[in-house]
Amino acid sequence: MASKLVRHSHLRALSSSISINNHIHSPHFSNPNRAPLSFSYRLFSNASSSSSSTGGFQRSSSLKDLELAKFASIAETWWDSEGPFKPLHVMNPTRLAFIRSTLCRHFRKDPNSARPFEGLKIVDVGCGGGILSEPLARMGATVTGVDAVEKNIKIARIHADLDPVASTIEYCCTTAEKLVEEDRKFDAVIALELPKGTHEWSSFLTPEELVLILQRANITVREMAGFVYNPLTGRWSLSDDISVNFIAFGTKNCQ
Amino acid sequence: MFCTRVIARKLYVNVSRLKVRHKPFCTDAATRVSGSNCGQPSPEHKETHDLSNNIQHYDIAIVGGGMVGMALACSLASMPLTKHLNVAIIDSNPALGSRPYFNKEDPPDPRVSTVTPATISFFKDVGAWQYVEQHRHAYFDKMQVWDYTGLGYTRYNAQDINKEVLGCVVENKVLHGSLLSCIENTDFQKTIYPSKLSSMTLPPSPSSLGMDSTSSRPPLSSQRHLAKLELSDGNSLYTKLVVGADGGKSCVRELAGFKTTGWNYSQNAIICTVEHTVENGCAWQRFLPAGPIALLPMGDNFSNIVWTMNPKESTNRKLMNEDEFVKDVNNALDYGYGPHPTSSLFGSGEMFSWPRAGVTLSANDCFEVPPKVVKLASERMVFPLSLRHASDYVSKHVVLIGDAAHTVHPLAGQGVNMGFGDAFALSRVIAEGIAVGSDIGEVTVLKKYEAERKPANIMMMGILDGFQKAYSVDFGPLNILRAAALHGAHFISPLKRSIISYASGEQKLPLFT
Repeated sequence: MASKLVRHSHLRALSSSISINNHIHSPHFSNPNRAPLSFSYRLFSNASSSSSSTGGFQRSSSLKDLELAKFASIAETWWDSEGPFKPLHVMNPTRLAFIRSTLCRHFRKDPNSARPFEGLKIVDVGCGGGILSEPLARMGATVTGVDAVEKNIKIARIHADLDPVASTIEYCCTTAEKLVEEDRKFDAVIALELPKGTHEWSSFLTPEELVLILQRANITVREMAGFVYNPLTGRWSLSDDISVNFIAFGTKNCQ
Repeated sequence: MFCTRVIARKLYVNVSRLKVRHKPFCTDAATRVSGSNCGQPSPEHKETHDLSNNIQHYDIAIVGGGMVGMALACSLASMPLTKHLNVAIIDSNPALGSRPYFNKEDPPDPRVSTVTPATISFFKDVGAWQYVEQHRHAYFDKMQVWDYTGLGYTRYNAQDINKEVLGCVVENKVLHGSLLSCIENTDFQKTIYPSKLSSMTLPPSPSSLGMDSTSSRPPLSSQRHLAKLELSDGNSLYTKLVVGADGGKSCVRELAGFKTTGWNYSQNAIICTVEHTVENGCAWQRFLPAGPIALLPMGDNFSNIVWTMNPKESTNRKLMNEDEFVKDVNNALDYGYGPHPTSSLFGSGEMFSWPRAGVTLSANDCFEVPPKVVKLASERMVFPLSLRHASDYVSKHVVLIGDAAHTVHPLAGQGVNMGFGDAFALSRVIAEGIAVGSDIGEVTVLKKYEAERKPANIMMMGILDGFQKAYSVDFGPLNILRAAALHGAHFISPLKRSIISYASGEQKLPLFT
């Protein structure tokens, strides 16, 4: 009896807040070969084949080998905030502001605390070099970073070990599917992934499509915000305009 | 006994900075004044300084505990996101460790600052202004600026912008002591190192770390993302962020390799306190051929003098007897070098007719002679004037604030206000960084501070420098133009309002349209 109760509370604790980011349109990278946002990793529908499953990320594995190799070769320059990943670094604080605001509200944490995520278990799916995992750890969360590319995990591990706070992050080279198989439980799941360059419009998910996909995975989208890039200031900010870039927050329906 | 450590390869500042302190003062003082961090390794253990467990780690090390450095500390102490930071303050000034911070019986110190309403507002936000008001300070609501040619003058009044004051004149030690008192009333973790910075080691960039997982990493790799500071008393510390608040001859700026541009004005300033028979309620500035003389109210019938002149004259004036000096001052503020301006230009007022017809002068707007100085009330101090600006304020793990980033001519009383602006902007940027889990030494965070402060500071410096240059030329037609500009500013209300508004710190950028 006791074990059953524990399981039930686990399910409720897994009120999976999922933040999903799509459509990163970087207007200032005119040369697609240098476009830093050419991540191969995609959790949802595949670009070319519409036959890939859309049953939420628990089911489909969507890694293209070619994209993986390309990605791995540029993983080393991840952490150079002035390097090719600069837009990602520039955008990062804005994403984190959204995550902080939604998670604090959802878990009723003090937004004025320097470590509001104390006590929360968060998994960063597709963590790359750890650009999101490290700030989450600094905000107090117990973080597990997951990436299918071994080299990313290595980079992430080395960089995280430089900071005593970040060194507590657990990095695993695995996929989200395997995590589900292992029955790992988290308070929040963060999966921010970025599509390839602007030449594959069909692969972009619209907000409506995302809502539907998540619904099938029993997740209700609660909040959405747009990402707007101002080329004059070089800054990203959150807005109501979700037509180009957006970020979403959803919670798992209670069973 | 100290072993003087010979540090290879590091950049050094002037040797005069490397004062090897005798230990009793240092270690005793360190344990006496430190916040909750009392674990200073004694000098005898210096040979083990490379073991991380003997060296203190801090989030921020503020090099320079003067007004601007302490303003940063005070601001960090006052915000929920930053008040838990562990901060080291490095400054050999014994005043930082001694209580009480004020002595009300002291005569007014000639080192004063004119703080703008914006600065007053910052001080109020962090809870430090209440201490200032408990000591000598002088609000003023009027300002008069004129020159020796008698061709023009302008008076500013706080009422022109619906404000009560234009600023407040406060002794630097009162400002400093107020910030210290304010921090003492919090449980902010600060540790004061009464020493000087002798060297700084910054961590290598991430790309040089090497991705080879088989390389044997030294056990102290966790220090490799921290800056290491070595002090002249032998102490060392690690920190995520080094703040250079150490003044015009900044050690941090030099060790970090920031380039500067600037020049020395061939001018010195004499400062001193003087006394009147009546209270002075106005800030006065008269431009003389060799430079401006300013008379600033301090309260209690005292005023502060800032008199800019060429170096030879400054030496003479410092040495002449007090009565002669007082006579000189009154001369400079009154009929010396030229006549009083009248209320209209060239007598008839026809030469420059301004768009605003029908402007009449109220009693407040008439030219006045400053109150007579009857006595010198302090020693005369002389210091050279220069303009200097660091090309960058920020690099990884290092940031400059205050005079370390920029020094200006005192002719508009802006210097320390720019510094306070820097301190409060930086603390806010740090808080925003912590809110999103950033590493506070990260340059992308710090660059936000630079983007905010550098344009405003540079523009202000340009204007002040322009003023300094314009007023250092004594040439007929230019004098007339200058006077007309002053005169014009007097009558064109929107422009005047704009100037006061910026000078009071309300406008972010000195744009006068």
